Amino acid sequence: MKNNQAKSEPLFEAERYELAAAPFYHFDLDRREFFKTLGCGIVVLLFIEAAVAQESGGRERRRGRPQRPAEISAWLHIGENGTVTVFNGKAEMGQNIRTSLSQAVAEELHAPIDSIKLVMADTDLTPWDAGTFGSRSTPDMGLQLRRVSAAAREALLDLAAEHFKTDRASLTVADGKISKSGGGEAIGFGELTRSRELVKSVAEETKTAPATDWKIAGTSVPKVDGRDFVTGRHQYASDIRRPGMLRGKVLRPSAFDAKLKSLDTKLAEAISGVTIVHDGNFVGVTAPNTLIASRAINAIQAEWTSSSSQPSSNGLFDYLRKNSRGSGNENFSQNEDSSGQNSAEHRLKQTYTIAYIAHAPLEPRAAVAEWNDGKLTVWTGTQRPFGVRGELARAFGISEEKIRVIVPDTGSAYGGKHTGETAIEAARLAKGAGKPVKLVWTREEEFTWAYFRPAGVIDISSAVRADGTISAWEFHNYNSGGSGIRSPYDIPSQKTEFHQTDSPLRQGSYRALAATANHFAREVHMDELAAILKMDPLEFRLKNLKNDRLLAVLKAAADAFGWAKMKSSEDRGFGIACGTEKGSCIATCAEVLVDRKTGGVRVSRAVVAFECGAIVNPNELKSQVEGGAVMGIGGALFEAIQFENGRITNPHFASYRVPRFRDAPEIQVVLVNRKDLPSAGAGETPVMTIAPAIGNAIFAATGVRLRSMPMAPEGLKL
Amino acid sequence: MPNISELHVNGKTVPVNAEGECSLLDVLRDDLGLTGTKYGCGEAQCGACTVLIDGVPTRSCVTSVGGIGKRKITTIEGIEQNGRLHPLQEAFLKFDSFQCGYCTSGMIMSGVALLRKSKNPSEDEIIRSMNGNICRCGVYGRIISAIKEGAQKLRNGDA
Repeated sequence: MKNNQAKSEPLFEAERYELAAAPFYHFDLDRREFFKTLGCGIVVLLFIEAAVAQESGGRERRRGRPQRPAEISAWLHIGENGTVTVFNGKAEMGQNIRTSLSQAVAEELHAPIDSIKLVMADTDLTPWDAGTFGSRSTPDMGLQLRRVSAAAREALLDLAAEHFKTDRASLTVADGKISKSGGGEAIGFGELTRSRELVKSVAEETKTAPATDWKIAGTSVPKVDGRDFVTGRHQYASDIRRPGMLRGKVLRPSAFDAKLKSLDTKLAEAISGVTIVHDGNFVGVTAPNTLIASRAINAIQAEWTSSSSQPSSNGLFDYLRKNSRGSGNENFSQNEDSSGQNSAEHRLKQTYTIAYIAHAPLEPRAAVAEWNDGKLTVWTGTQRPFGVRGELARAFGISEEKIRVIVPDTGSAYGGKHTGETAIEAARLAKGAGKPVKLVWTREEEFTWAYFRPAGVIDISSAVRADGTISAWEFHNYNSGGSGIRSPYDIPSQKTEFHQTDSPLRQGSYRALAATANHFAREVHMDELAAILKMDPLEFRLKNLKNDRLLAVLKAAADAFGWAKMKSSEDRGFGIACGTEKGSCIATCAEVLVDRKTGGVRVSRAVVAFECGAIVNPNELKSQVEGGAVMGIGGALFEAIQFENGRITNPHFASYRVPRFRDAPEIQVVLVNRKDLPSAGAGETPVMTIAPAIGNAIFAATGVRLRSMPMAPEGLKL
Repeated sequence: MPNISELHVNGKTVPVNAEGECSLLDVLRDDLGLTGTKYGCGEAQCGACTVLIDGVPTRSCVTSVGGIGKRKITTIEGIEQNGRLHPLQEAFLKFDSFQCGYCTSGMIMSGVALLRKSKNPSEDEIIRSMNGNICRCGVYGRIISAIKEGAQKLRNGDA
């Protein structure tokens, strides 16, 4: 999975949703299917153009399947008891989409939030979906569910008009009921749909309520299933238990490119209850429990061959630069040959580096696989249930119709759970053992055999005039990616290039993708220019920005932080950074405390201003912004994957430090609510700007300029 | 280590047939079906598997069942009493102190242990005693708020 980067989004990406909801009358499904399991009621289907469905990442589908004119993207059923069941292919992994999508449905349907149940990410029950990534669930699925719910409400109004033998205009819909205006008779949604088998499709542009009219959306509705989590009752994929289920374990190669040379499983086979599954380079065991499975794996004698000289984390950045494959497709240039460089008083050329880091979701990759009469069912935590189904189909040479992937709400992913290796391994073991098998990767496996956020080298050369205007900007990113690569500053002469390289480690998507790396380099460089000019870093940014939304969050963060009053001292520094990505804008101010004796550095306070259009759930949004800042501190200060000769050398929480209670600053979030703009996703951008804000704060306190993420894995050298 | 035949879990003695060498985490999850306690690292580094043994917060992933004997184990499933949430569970809901929820059981168990020891823990004390629990989603501030609230509720006798 190399450079699986989503295209960077223009600011108003959301405006294309009208396309996403293009009307389609194409409908050839057996309507009886919908009522078989759910009982009578009303079903509303939403079709979207196939091309749009594919856009956000359905690459494999494009190759593997003929295009259809339209796809069902979501559907909704209202049952006789008034229960609203909404089917969509998104996955919940802590970003709170289950609740925020429920709010969208409640808003348009005018139904109580507790009457709404979301069935998500189950390839047998939910419509095909490219995956849950790229901050697309709120702008895409949120809007689609609004439309489907609005259409359902209209259909219910028709039924009610018929029931009351009155005009639709004399009816009001509220709280799951339709009543005659003026406090007359009322009838519940369930009663209206009783004994009916009605199927409606959203056949034309359905009007949805503007954010200014929202009553349920836009409020801090608590998590719809919160109680299941505080009681331990929620069943993650790793908690699923099946009758006769065994535990699996996989024998891992000695290094990334190692090939099996010899194998002796006699001792392992002798252990009671153990089955060995050997298929090419794949060797695994099943056993009644994890202890016996571990014993069996340890009893296997295997020899591996691997090349002795694989790249290591020492010398990584030279390697990336030397192995670059020219320009990527994220280039942007304008007026390259203008006299920007020549007319400027100051020039600066600097290099920034970013280490590989791990997602380290607290629930490691896990899968339970079960074969029944040639049909495979897999419970697994993934962001791409339909993608994983495709991987399984290819791995086992069976059709997708014979595979069901079910994704219970997952113990976090951060872009790391796009692929299905655990599902495939569990399914292979289950096939070999003839029984259901659960496979949960160990923390060491999670740190070693998953993919990483790409490391990168970034070169920036710039020119700035004495009055503080940037006249030229050249930006080259080697390997980390193109997201957030384009400068939001108003610079007449620009050249921006992303250079792909042969990554020595398996790399892939990560929350905010390369936007974190690109913002780190750009925003630290901005601070360097401000220092050269002896200008205030905020003033310097304001002088070069024209983007109103970004200006608004920058000013909001600075105001709330008290930027103007803050004067850095030798043990306390203040830094600022901002950026825009995936339809949202962010600015971060950080206060950093430096212990000059030990070199210890701690982020003591952060103010984050964030704007992502119309806010769907303020409290949950705040939580995402806070959590993003905390996660960002890890990559900023101490997270780095170390590797040598095809092995990860720090695959444990003891050697790979993630942010803990002690590392979390006091965080103040300032939300800017733009009800006039479509809601953008908010799961990713909040990790982006804390690193440069911290780096700039460290410089303000110490005069030490740090240009490599992580910036202080062993503290500061002062 | 010899096999064990019973454990005292959440107020009851339950029959178990497990090798003494098995981790308490595996026995709770796989033999007793108490899946609220989570595997996060298997190395006592993340706290997701925290349970109480005689009230002491313990990483069940590195605790062999053979050494537990008659000591009393409390898991997340034993915190709710007769359908009534523990004040700390209520506080986790109130402050929305989780995102993916995978660390939550361990956080609550570590928090309950702290509140048994300290009626009115300072922020420093909370950070010190919770630092072994990882929340990768990063909602530490909300967890601290919940523990403070839980402490206050317990002091007021709301339990």
